[in-house]
This record gives sequence, structure tokens and C-alpha cells, in this order.
Amino acid sequence: MEVLATRNISKYFYEPEKFQVLKDITLTINRGEFLSLVGKSGCGKSTLMYVLSTMDTDYEGELEIAGQKLTGKNQDTLSAFRNEHIGFVFQFHYLLPEFTVLQNVMIPAMKRNQFSHEEIEYKAMERLKTLGVEQHAHKPSNKLSGGQQQRVAIARALINDPDIIMCDEPTGNLDSYNTHLVFDIFKQLTHEYKQTIIAVTHDDEFASKTDRIVQMSDGRIVQ
Amino acid sequence: MLGSRFKLTLEIAKVHLLSKPKQTIIAMLGVTFGIAMFIALVGLMTGLNDFTEEITMTSSPDIHIYKDVTSPRKTILQQTNPGSLSWVHHQKPKNELTKVRNAYRIMELIRKNEMVRGVAPALSSQVFYNYGPAQLNGSILGVDILEEDKLFGLKSKMKEGRIEELLATREGIIMGQGLAKKLDVKKGNRIVITTPEGHTMTLKIVGIFQMGIGVVDNVRCYANIGTVQTILQQDPSYVTDINIKLNDRHLAKKYAAELEAKYNTKAEDWETANATFLTGVIIRNIITYAVSVTLLIVAGFGIYNILNMTIYNKMKDIAILKAMGFAGGDVRSIFMIQSLIIGLIGAVAGLAIGYILSVLISKAPFNGGDIISLDHFPVNFDPKFYMIGVVFGVITTAVAGYMPSRKASGIDPIEILRGQ
Ligand SMILES: Nc1ncnc2c1ncn2[C@@H]1O[C@H](COP(=O)(O)OP(=O)(O)O)[C@@H](O)[C@H]1O
Ligand SMILES: [Mg+2]
Repeated sequence: MEVLATRNISKYFYEPEKFQVLKDITLTINRGEFLSLVGKSGCGKSTLMYVLSTMDTDYEGELEIAGQKLTGKNQDTLSAFRNEHIGFVFQFHYLLPEFTVLQNVMIPAMKRNQFSHEEIEYKAMERLKTLGVEQHAHKPSNKLSGGQQQRVAIARALINDPDIIMCDEPTGNLDSYNTHLVFDIFKQLTHEYKQTIIAVTHDDEFASKTDRIVQMSDGRIVQ
Repeated sequence: MLGSRFKLTLEIAKVHLLSKPKQTIIAMLGVTFGIAMFIALVGLMTGLNDFTEEITMTSSPDIHIYKDVTSPRKTILQQTNPGSLSWVHHQKPKNELTKVRNAYRIMELIRKNEMVRGVAPALSSQVFYNYGPAQLNGSILGVDILEEDKLFGLKSKMKEGRIEELLATREGIIMGQGLAKKLDVKKGNRIVITTPEGHTMTLKIVGIFQMGIGVVDNVRCYANIGTVQTILQQDPSYVTDINIKLNDRHLAKKYAAELEAKYNTKAEDWETANATFLTGVIIRNIITYAVSVTLLIVAGFGIYNILNMTIYNKMKDIAILKAMGFAGGDVRSIFMIQSLIIGLIGAVAGLAIGYILSVLISKAPFNGGDIISLDHFPVNFDPKFYMIGVVFGVITTAVAGYMPSRKASGIDPIEILRGQ
């Protein structure tokens, strides 16, 4: 069953001069797949990720996630869609520094506003346990180490049971111990919980262990 | 459902404010200072305005009828050659009496109008009060003292003696307190007055009054109208002024014009007579609002700056919030709430400080001098101004917060996330 599908996506940048950064990208991702997107720096991986994430709407072609066509939808609809269906993990953790670890994980669920505060708190603690950082739940988020913060960010990405988690260089800022830890967590999520994950990386070792590798070159998918 | 979503934006706004307490307090103090100044200023200014208006209005008639000898009249040349092109330069007033013709008949007719609360005749003249070798310039007002009381509440203005004593004493006067003080005389003393025509008369002081306005208390005496007619050697129909009080003084302007046309005399309404005083009121109001608005604009710029700084520092947070599904409107309300909280708390603190300042001002001793009899500042505590203060404060902060909040809502998360 496919979770994400694109049809002939192209994108241009006009500054400093017109150039085509994405060329005719057609891609499908199935439920429970752990996919890595690799390629040389500057080949358009991040740009493709932002299009897939619905944050970038300036492209040609079509995007569909969880059976919903998202091309042409307005910003507010897309915000609500991201909140329910997509989890993000970036190279830098981007936790909100004034909030505790637990609050950071709870915020997307409170934004979604589907469950009671107690239910959300319970769910957030469960996610923190899965990621092995539950003992830090009540600390301010900026008191944790880089690896711990990235695990909290993954817990946050999971809180609304998204259809897909999108990661841009999720281990790019971690040492090898934490890189392995994060990789194992992703592996566990995809295999045990049927979580779909797409991760941009230029760590070949990391990529080689994923279910599927998509290679990009010069704005095209080559393999 | 909407409520709990608002709770989340409110919670985030609160955390932002509390994470930079110093900055938040400084922004609030700006608003506090502006509102406190507004409350103190407006309280003092309107207090003074109301006080002077009160004494001016009670001591002056709504309509004053008199003969205006300086009003332009037809020259003899024009009368003898009607329609001709003639011009007379520097025409002087005729030597004529300032008498209002048929005064008692006019008063009778005016009294019949149901708009009218009271009508009183007066006969005024310049006089010199002889004080040893010195002479003090002043005026004597011949009145029907009971009618005069009905119009101007003279009874309550008496410092010594009673107005009825004037009725019993044909050659008595009731003297303004300032004048009595200058002449160093008391109730029961006799005083010699001289008219501009050179007639003199000795009068007995039967009472002292105080209106509270220097221009009256320092120069005026009341006497029976007959007494003044005798001093001036005029007949009993000689009246120079008719004073009218209306039930609604806002009708004065229209009614005065009517009277002027009907009786062919000058009829001046209180607005025209007190034009300078009323301009003063307007100017004081302008100053009050100008100063307060200026202070609030400065406070507004403070909030604008601080919010811009917060948003600049929180670019990454805003980007991640948007990535996680916060809409532009949610981000805008996070920052609008911050500025409104600053505005509301700042304004309420401003009201409290403004109130304390007003109380202190109203307790401070103040000498009104010769102009008005005052020993403390009159301060207005009208709750209306406290309402205006809060509304002012909140509007200022809303306006100041709007631009930065809109900017925050328009932040493109990709630009921020890519930049890292
Ligand atoms: N906002 C932009 N305006 C113009 N060019 C851009 C912009 N963002 C990225 N690029 C260019 O697009 C190409 C692809 O960038 P990116 O997707 O970040 O590559 P990758 O993530 O694969 O390293 C690069 O050549 C980059 O310089
Ligand atoms: Mg990249």
C-alpha cells in the first residue's frame, strides 16, 4: 500500500538565475518502508524533501500523501495536514528551548487537539520510553545532550502517529554512537510499528542498511 | 475545541514572555507610564476645567441683555442721503445712556417663556471706593437681591451677614471679600463711594460675599437697585442689564438671538461671553490628550521593538512550529497575545499608579491666588477616563504588535530550516 506518491515533479529556482533543481521526479513509497535518499551535495535532496513535506508549494507535478492529493491546497489546509500526517526530524533537533522535554513532545498533539491533556501526556511518555529518554521528561529541553535531544525530536515526530516521517540528515550532527542508536530506532519503528520513514543522508553506511536507497543526481532520480 | 487550541497559543505566548522577564517588564512599564500620566493629567485638567466651569457658570447669566453703545449705527450722512456712496471715518459713540429701554416690560414678557428659570434686573456702574487718601476702582451692582439670589445662589456665597439685611438697609451694600480685604473693612463699617460723574455717597457694609472668582470678589459690591439709581441720579426705570437663567443653558444661543431681534438690544449668551474660558478648556484637553498619546506612541514603539527582537530570536522556533502544523494565524496570535498581555497588564498597572498620583495631587496644597479661591487641586476621578485609559493602552499595543506578528506569521519555514 502506497503512502506517498509523486508524479512528474519539477521545480525551478529563479535566483540568481533560472535553473531547474528538480527534474521530473516520480516516486512512490510504501507503508513500512525505510527509504534513504542519497546523492551528491547540491543535487536537490533537501529541495525534494521540502516539496514532499508540503511546506514548499512552488513546483510542477503532483503530490499525494495518504491518499490525499495535496497539490494546489491552501496553506492552512496543508498546515493541518502536516500536523496530522507528517513527522519531521531535522539535522538540528529544533526543540523549543523554553519548554520541558515532555512539553516539546506534547505540542504537536495539543495543536491537533484530538485527545485530552492526560491522554496526550500519557502518549508522550510512551514515546519517550520507546526512545529511551523518559527519565529526562521534566528537564528543560536544552539541558540534554545532542543525541538525547535528537531522540526527543524523534519522539515528537511520532506523537501524532504520522503516516510518514521525513528526516533531513537526521544523523548529520551526531557521533557514531548516537548515529547507530538513531538508526536502530528507525529500524525498530519501521519493522515493529510499520512506520514509514524517508531519510535524506550522505552517510553511505547509514543508507546501505536501509530497505531502499533512492539515488539522486543533478535533480533527477537515477536509481 | 477552539478553546483548548487557544490555550496552546496562550501557553506559548506566556512562556515567551516569562523567559525574558526583564524585557517584558520594560515593555509593560512603557505602557504603564503612558497610562499613568494620562490618568493623572486628565484628572487634574478636567478637575480644573469642571471646577472653573462650575463657578463661572453659576456666577454668570445664561443670557445677558444690555445696551451696547459701541455697536455700529447709521451715520447722519447715511440717514440724510440714503443709498448714496458715503463713508465716515472714525465714528464716535453718541453720549447716550446705557439704559435698557422698557426693561421691566421686557422682563415681564421674558418671564412668561417656560424655558426661563429666572430673570433679574441690574444696574451697574463704575465707582471709586475711597480708602483714606487712596481710591480703589471697582463696580457697584444695583440688584433686586432676592431675584439675584434665585439666579446666582447668592445666599450660599455669603461669608458674613445675610442678604435680607440689604432689604432692611436702604443704604447698605454687600461687598466682595477680596475688595473688603483690600479696603481693610468689616461688616458694619461705612464706606464712601464716588461715581465717575463725581457724586458721592456713604454706604454701610451689611454683608461680605465670596464667589470664588477674583474678577468678581476683588471689585464688586451689591446694593439695592434703588440705591444705585439714587447715586447715579437716575429715575426708577433706569436699568442697564437684564440677566436671564434658563432651565437648559444649551438653548441660550438661539434664544439670545431671538431676544436681540425682538427687543432691539444686545443679548449675549454665556458661550459668547465666556469664549476665552471655553477656548482654555479645549486647549487643556488638547494638551492632555497630546501628551498622553505621545507617551503611548513611545510605549508602542518599545513594544514594537521588543516584539521584533523576540521574533528575530525565535525564527527557528517559528519555523519548526510551522513545520509541525501551526498555521500562519496561529503564529500571529502567539505574538499578538504577547503584545496584548503586555498592554493589558501595563495599562492596569498604569491605572493604579495614575489613581495614586491623582490622590496625591488632590491632597497637595495649592494656592489659587487672586484668580480663583482654591486651597487644593480639584481632581476628577471619573471612571470614564479609567475606561478610556485601558482602551487606549490595549489599542496602542495591538497596533504596535500587529506588524511584527504579521511578519512572524509570514515567515517561510523552508528558508529558516535550509539556512542551518
Ligand atoms: N532558495 C534557493 N534559491 C536558489 N537556489 C537554491 C535555493 N536553495 C537551494 N538552491 C540550490 O539548489 C540546489 C539544490 O540544493 P539542495 O536541495 O539543498 O541540495 P542538497 O540537499 O542535495 O545538498 C543547490 O545547487 C542549491 O545551491
Ligand atoms: Mg541538503
